[in-house]
Amino acid sequence: MKKELLVAALSRSRASFSKGWYKFSRNPLSVLGLIILFSVILTAIFAPYISPYPEHAGAFTNFRESGLPPSLTHFFGTDSVGRDIFSRVIFGYRFSLVLAVVVLSLAMPSGIILGLIAGYYRRRWIEIVIMRITDIFLAVPPLVLALAITVMLSPNLFNQMMAISLMWWPWYCRLVYSLTTSLRHEYFVREAELTGASKAHILLREILPNCVAPVLTKMTLDAGFVITVGASLSFIGLGVQPPRPGLGTMVADGAKRLPAEWWMAVFPALAIVIVILSFNLVGDGLRDMFAVEEV
Amino acid sequence: MSEEILTVENLKKYFVTKQGTVRAVDKVSFSVKQGETCGLVGESGSGKTTIAHTLVGIYEPTEGRALFKGQNISKVFNQRPKALKKEIRIVFQDPGSSLNPRRSIKQILELPLKVHRICNDSDRVERVMELLRMVELPPEDYMYKSPQVIGGGEKQMVAIARALAPNPSFLVLDEPTSALDVSVQAKIINLLMQLQQNLNLTYLFITHDLSLMRNITNRVVIMYLGKISEVAPTVEFFQNPFHPYTKMLLSSIPTVSDEEENFKPKEVISRGEIASPVNVPSGCSFHLRCPQKMEICSRADPTVVEVEADHLVRCHLFSDGRKPT
Repeated sequence: MKKELLVAALSRSRASFSKGWYKFSRNPLSVLGLIILFSVILTAIFAPYISPYPEHAGAFTNFRESGLPPSLTHFFGTDSVGRDIFSRVIFGYRFSLVLAVVVLSLAMPSGIILGLIAGYYRRRWIEIVIMRITDIFLAVPPLVLALAITVMLSPNLFNQMMAISLMWWPWYCRLVYSLTTSLRHEYFVREAELTGASKAHILLREILPNCVAPVLTKMTLDAGFVITVGASLSFIGLGVQPPRPGLGTMVADGAKRLPAEWWMAVFPALAIVIVILSFNLVGDGLRDMFAVEEV
Repeated sequence: MSEEILTVENLKKYFVTKQGTVRAVDKVSFSVKQGETCGLVGESGSGKTTIAHTLVGIYEPTEGRALFKGQNISKVFNQRPKALKKEIRIVFQDPGSSLNPRRSIKQILELPLKVHRICNDSDRVERVMELLRMVELPPEDYMYKSPQVIGGGEKQMVAIARALAPNPSFLVLDEPTSALDVSVQAKIINLLMQLQQNLNLTYLFITHDLSLMRNITNRVVIMYLGKISEVAPTVEFFQNPFHPYTKMLLSSIPTVSDEEENFKPKEVISRGEIASPVNVPSGCSFHLRCPQKMEICSRADPTVVEVEADHLVRCHLFSDGRKPT
């Protein structure tokens, strides 16, 4: 009996998964985005094995090969000290993706929990405290805030992550707050309250699952945006420090040599564009997937 | 059959809005006896749902109180003892919004079992299946489904099963069938009647469907603009209505045969609409629509009098406690 039920449960979840995938895959661009995203992630993970010159990711110089244009030996050409740009871009992805993952895994849970609490305890002091702090953070342009924080601490990848996380949670807080304020009046939330369920149950099991669709969509779109902000900070020297290959740092270095040695700036920039684009395409696909489901 | 399980005494619930104070429920008193189905009838905006929500603890009464088995329950849910939450359960009007679309039916039914520690972990699945069988849904087909993929009637069945999960003794049914189509309505009503017998439940049945009321209730409480117009045993209520508003309601029931047509009072034509509860008319709140309006009606608000045994009415025509000649 139990086993049959388990089989039934499994086949239901498999059915809902394949239904979701069907909706997602109806948009070919989203599938393309997903493919690119997966290859970027795999490339970043296996960077030492994929890149043709893994040693070029660090403090390596070979002035005899400096400033070479793209060729079959150096797909993206070489930079001013003779390092292979293709290899450095692949390693650069590592920093960008780690940045996105760390920032989102710090900012998202904290924003979500604060948003749930503020939304559920509407018109109580706790809501006022949380939402006014959120407003203060939202009032300052995010890049400026992250800039100020990174300068205040010392500019390195860790501080950059902390700074971006600190400016990112209010967006999740706002999103989840607005969802919660409407969800808490739904009768299923009422019912859980009247049954006597704990606040943790109501917030995390009744309300939160209904926020998943918009939060997940925002998360994919944000991942690209976080990478942009990270690259922007690196561009002005407040992120990954040389000789380590930050994509923003590489664009900044290459920009000095435009337009003659264009490959030094263009390829790292193109790498940023591709990863952001793929995140956005996947985000669009997720939005379509959830939107149809809601109807 | 005679013990009073729920007594509502002078219950008031006012809402303060920008337009003024809404007197949703104004000095309402009635009682429900053990094992009966008490009907609460009224037009939209007459305060039926507010009473239901006050009884289960969504609102705190502005004044007055409600006693359940002698215990004062005029508190909001987070001040109520767990034992009380287990005893009084509600089935909401709209089954679409009362079931969480992101949780499976099994999870939905497990919640009250977990909260009230009805059974231990190993028996819980069994109990969920038993509940589903009670509402005539095959457990194997429904347990792992999401409420999104089942029909409105089935959703309401699940909502009823959830209400029954902690073995309550009193069920507030807030228009449980008004959102469903007629064929499903009958099924749900039959099921509810059957469950009442088997589980010895007491129902407070809220509806605006008078035909339905006639078939299932033992006693009827008629409300108009937050106040009680008439309380009567169902048979008495349909054969011998006192209040002009009740007569108006009964004469508005659509009928099919002449036989039925002859049965109902016909001297009253429904006119006008229910007034705004923000701006309640002076005196008797019904006087603007009343065909038997007297001079006193616009000045003084009548009080509830018992005209016959168990038959109460709030109307100046009966102010001396006797039927007018």
